[in-house]
Amino acid sequence: MQRRSILKGGAALGFATMMGGKLAFAQGLEKVKAGFIYVGPIGDGGWTFQHHQGALAVQQEYGDKVEVVWQENVPEGADAERALTQMALSGCNIIFTTSFGYMDATNAVAAKFPDVKFEHATGYKRDSANVSTYNARFYEGRAVQGHIAGKMTKTNKIGYIGSFPIPEVVMGINSYYLHAKKANPAVELSVVWAFTWFDPAKEADAAKALIDQGVDVIASHTDSTAPLAEAAKTEGKVIGFGQASDMSEYKPSPRVSSIIDNWAPYYIKRVGALLDGSYAQVDVWEGIGGGEVQIGEITDAVPADVKAEAEALRDSIGAGTYHPFTGPINKQDGSAWLAEGATAPDGELLGMNFYVEGITGDIPS
Amino acid sequence: MLRLEKRPSPSRFWQGATPVLAVVLTMIAGGIMFALLGKNPVEAIRTIFWDPLFNAQYASYSRPQLLVKAGPLILIATGLSLGFRAGIWNIGAEGQYIMGAIFGAGVGLALYPVETRLVFPLMIVAGIFGGWLWAMIPAILKTRFRTNEILVSLLLVYVAQNILASMALGLMKNPEGGGFPGSRNLSQIPSMANPELIPGTGLHWGVVAAIIVVIAAYIMLQRHILGFQIKLAGQAPRAARFAGVSPERLTVLCMGISGGLAGLAGLFEVTGPAGQISIDFNTGYGFTAIIVAFLGRLNPLGILLAGLLMALTYIGGELASFTLGLPSAAIQAFQGMLLFFLLAVDLLTNFRIRFGTKKEAV
Repeated sequence: MQRRSILKGGAALGFATMMGGKLAFAQGLEKVKAGFIYVGPIGDGGWTFQHHQGALAVQQEYGDKVEVVWQENVPEGADAERALTQMALSGCNIIFTTSFGYMDATNAVAAKFPDVKFEHATGYKRDSANVSTYNARFYEGRAVQGHIAGKMTKTNKIGYIGSFPIPEVVMGINSYYLHAKKANPAVELSVVWAFTWFDPAKEADAAKALIDQGVDVIASHTDSTAPLAEAAKTEGKVIGFGQASDMSEYKPSPRVSSIIDNWAPYYIKRVGALLDGSYAQVDVWEGIGGGEVQIGEITDAVPADVKAEAEALRDSIGAGTYHPFTGPINKQDGSAWLAEGATAPDGELLGMNFYVEGITGDIPS
Repeated sequence: MLRLEKRPSPSRFWQGATPVLAVVLTMIAGGIMFALLGKNPVEAIRTIFWDPLFNAQYASYSRPQLLVKAGPLILIATGLSLGFRAGIWNIGAEGQYIMGAIFGAGVGLALYPVETRLVFPLMIVAGIFGGWLWAMIPAILKTRFRTNEILVSLLLVYVAQNILASMALGLMKNPEGGGFPGSRNLSQIPSMANPELIPGTGLHWGVVAAIIVVIAAYIMLQRHILGFQIKLAGQAPRAARFAGVSPERLTVLCMGISGGLAGLAGLFEVTGPAGQISIDFNTGYGFTAIIVAFLGRLNPLGILLAGLLMALTYIGGELASFTLGLPSAAIQAFQGMLLFFLLAVDLLTNFRIRFGTKKEAV
C-alpha cells in the first residue's frame, strides 16, 4: 500500500526548483519549533482534542529537540492569517493548521514565509512548495458505523448531524447511509445541519431534533460530546458513536463504537523529517489501513454477530480488499454514478456534492 | 465605614480617569488569574500590552494589525455611541455588519467580472444600505409598535447569520470553488478589493473611514443641532420633548446611522481582511464594539483610543496564547474584566466615597 502520494506536476517542479536554490534543506534541523492552530478548544473532547494529543505525542517523541506551541479557538478567516503570521514570526519551523477553513490563510501566509513548512489538514490547495496537505479517509469509518446503525435501529430511522455541507461531510453521510441500507433495506436517514464545527448547544439541539423524529441511532460530524450526552438522556433508547475521539466516557451505551482520528504518527513523522532532513511536500490521505482512522471498541451493547460483521468490514477496508464506494451506486436523482464493481476515484470523492440514491432531503445550497 | 455620596454633577476628573483606572485594575486582577494558571503574570501582561507594539520580533507585523483590528471596532462603536447617548440601544450591530457585507459583496459579485474601479464605490453604498436596512427593522418596529429595540436588534443577528450561511452555500458560492462554501475572494479582484493603501501600515479604506467618522461624530456632537438633541434626549428626555425633539425621529436617525456604519465596516472587512463571504465571516466585531463604545465613554475620541486598546488586547492575547500557552478562555476572561472594572469604577464619576458614618443630611 502506498503510504503517501507525492505530488506530481507543477508543485513538484516548484519544489525541485526550491531545493536547487536551498540545499540547506537536506541537512535537517538541530531543533524544531512546531506550531499548531486549532479551531476549537483543546478540551472539546473530539476533533481538536485529538490534534492536541498528536502535538503532545510529538513532544514526547523528540523531547528537547522539539518545542511545541499551539493556539486554540482560532476563527477561520482573517484572524487565522494573523495567528499564522505571528507563529511564523515567533520562529516556528513547521505549522499545522487543523481545520478546513484555514485553507486560504495557510496558503497566503506560506507564500510570505518560504522557509517555514505549512501542513494543512483536510484541504486541497498547495499553492507554494512549502504547503503540504493531509487528511484521513473518515468515510471508511463511516461505513462501519453505518453497518452498526442499520443493524441496531429498531425504528428504522437513523440520523446524522452534519457540520457544513462540504464534500468531506457529504461523503461521510453517503458512506454511512449506503452501509446502513445494505444491513437493513428499510432504513431511513435524516440529516440535520448544525453549521458549526464546535457548539455544544447547537449540537445538542440537532440531536434533540433527530430524537423527536424517532431516530434511534445518531452519528455526528461535529466536534463535541453533546450529541452523545443527549442520547444518554433517553435511557438506552438512542445510541450513537464517538466522533474524532473515542469519547469512552459514554461507554458502553449510548456510545457503542467510535471513529478515532489518530494524527500522532503523521505529526511525529513530519517533524522527524524536518529533524533528519528528509522533509518533502506531500498530499496524504490515509484511512483505516494507514492507521489514521481507528475504529474504537465496539461495546457489548452491540450483539456479537453484528460486532463480528462490523469488524470484518473494518478489516476488509483496512486490507484494501473492499472500497466503501463500490458500484453499482446511483445518485439521489436516480442517475448512474458508479457501475457494477467500479470504485469511486479520489478526485470525485473530494468534490462530492450529491447524495446517493435513497437519501431524502437536499444538501443545503 | 465606607459610604457613597452622590455628586451634584458628574466629576470631570473621574470621567477621564476611570478608563485608565479600569485598565490598571484589569492588569492586576488579570495578573492574579494568570498567576493562578501557573504563568508568570508580569510576562503575560507584558506580552499582551507591550510585545505587539515594541517587541522587535513581532512589532513590525502586529503594529499595522492593530489598525486592521481596531478599524471596524471604531467604526461600529462610534455609530453605536450616538444611540447609546440618546438612550437608544442597538445591540444588533453584528447583524448589521453581516448584512452590510452581504449587500456590498452582492453588488460586487453581480457585476463580476467588470473591471472598472467604479465598482468599489457602488459596493460601499450597498454596504451602508444593507446595514441601514437591517437597523431600520427594529427602529420602525419600535416607533410604530413600541417593541423593544434591544431584543429585536439582537435577535436579528441570528437571522443575519442564517442568511450569511445560505449566501455562502448558495447564491454567492464561488462557481470555481469546487463545490466548497464561500464566495469568490473579493480581496483578489482588483475592482472590488479593499487593499492595504500604504504597504506595511495596515491602513485600508476601513481605517480611513473610521478616522473620518470619528472626526465627523466629534464635530456633530459639539457643534450640530442633532448632536445637541442626542445629548439632551439621553440626559433629560422630558426636557428634550419640550425642546421639540421627536423621539421617533431620533430613534430612526440613530439606529440608521449606527446600522449604516456597521454595514460599512462589514463591507470593508469582506473586501479586505476577510476577503470573502463565508459561513464564519463574522467574528464578533459588532458585540465587541459595544464594549469599545463604553470604554471610550461614548465619546468619539475616547472610542478611537478604546478601539486601539481593545485591538491590542486581541493581538497581544493571541501572542500570549501561543507563546505562553495561555488558554483562550483566559484571554476572553481578561477582556471581560476590562468592561467589568470599567462599569464598576464608573461609580466614581457620579458618587463620592466618604469614610466614617453619615452626618446629618445637608
